[in-house]
Amino acid sequence: MTEVKLFGSWYSPFSRRVEMALKLKGVEYEYIDEDLSNKSPLLLKYNPIHKKVPVLLHNGKPIAESSVIIEYIDETWEGPSILPKDPYERAMARFWVKFLDEKCSVAMWKAFAIPGEEGEKAKEEAAELLKFLEEEIKGKKFFGGENVGLVDISANFIGYWFGILQEIVGLELLTKEKYPNLCKWIDGYINDNFVKDNLPAKDKMNEVFKALAQPGFSGYKPKV
Amino acid sequence: MATRDVKLLGTWSCPYVNRVQLALKLKSIEYEFIEDNPYNRSEILVKNNPVLKKIPVLIHGNKPVCESLIIVQYIDDAWPIGPSLLPSDAYDRALARFWAAYTDDKWYPLIKMLRQAEGKEEKEAIIAKLAEGLILLEDAFVICGKGKDYFGGENIGYIDIVLGSSLAWLRVTEIVVGVQLLDQTRTPGLAKWAERVISNDVFKDVLPETKKLLELHEKIQAFIKSST
Repeated sequence: MTEVKLFGSWYSPFSRRVEMALKLKGVEYEYIDEDLSNKSPLLLKYNPIHKKVPVLLHNGKPIAESSVIIEYIDETWEGPSILPKDPYERAMARFWVKFLDEKCSVAMWKAFAIPGEEGEKAKEEAAELLKFLEEEIKGKKFFGGENVGLVDISANFIGYWFGILQEIVGLELLTKEKYPNLCKWIDGYINDNFVKDNLPAKDKMNEVFKALAQPGFSGYKPKV
Repeated sequence: MATRDVKLLGTWSCPYVNRVQLALKLKSIEYEFIEDNPYNRSEILVKNNPVLKKIPVLIHGNKPVCESLIIVQYIDDAWPIGPSLLPSDAYDRALARFWAAYTDDKWYPLIKMLRQAEGKEEKEAIIAKLAEGLILLEDAFVICGKGKDYFGGENIGYIDIVLGSSLAWLRVTEIVVGVQLLDQTRTPGLAKWAERVISNDVFKDVLPETKKLLELHEKIQAFIKSST
């Protein structure tokens, strides 16, 4: 009898990615929602190095870092493949995830969060980076092809969270005019029956993001 | 596998490139090494890595693979014959990936930062962070190595490649800054592991010599000074 627990946060895209992976594989798990401004002793015990969500606990053994957890889930449980089987396609999928998390999302977050010249520079950088994604999604329903795959799961920040952020500050970065293919992917993504069950409600996200603007809030931020 | 089929774009002094060379060597894969000047990106680099424009880039039968950790995993996947670079157990694989990411995101960048730091306080703060990181890596060595010679157990594995490739610049940084970062008393397991790694034939063949790297470091410093 295997035991699976997930320490997460309902509004963290990294946490939601892991939940998507578990659900795709039909894994039953116990979900523990963490208060990120007051982390539990268990979370700190299982992820002493980064002290972050998500953390997966499988038969008492902890795994941290969403991309590491997702690959572990793909390798451990039967069910639809999350990563492609072909070595080259796998390498490309991993590349796009790294690009999304380390380059694209970082610039996009800065464009949202930082005022003035630095924010403007970040916006320009993000605009350039998004062109690569626009090119990559051309002619495809999902980055994973016909079905949601690793890159789609990992692009949840761009697919959903960022749209909410844009609206809050009136930022025009990821628009239909400039990125028609990417926005088409977004429409398909957030309306997909499986994906939409794994997205936090928009009104609740609005509250979180507004709270983020308050000093002393130590909630979700991508790696900046 | 014909040499022409596998090409590596990189430069001898870059640890990220060295990782790929280590992986190729461990798998006995023949390849053509194309030296790329990191200060003057070539057309072939920009064509094969248009998104990030960085080395290393592995070109396998005209298909480019970028980012050193991704390339090493690709080499393991695409050449299943020969020693496995990643562990066979899924949990051990997760640990290997975790520590590789930790090394790259949190620990290794501190080494260059230390060389570039000005002022005693700044240097001491970075040295303290590096020391903390090494203690974590010492624990990781105990868990992953399970009492054997390498993080990969009896054979060189993924973390050995990722962390081992940092030893050349680590040594140069120790000399330049005048501090011992990796030491027997604080991290005995890791210190012994490092000695084992730098005297291993595969690593000796790939990692740049301390003397050559020091000369390069001095050249870079002189260039920076002359252009400011």
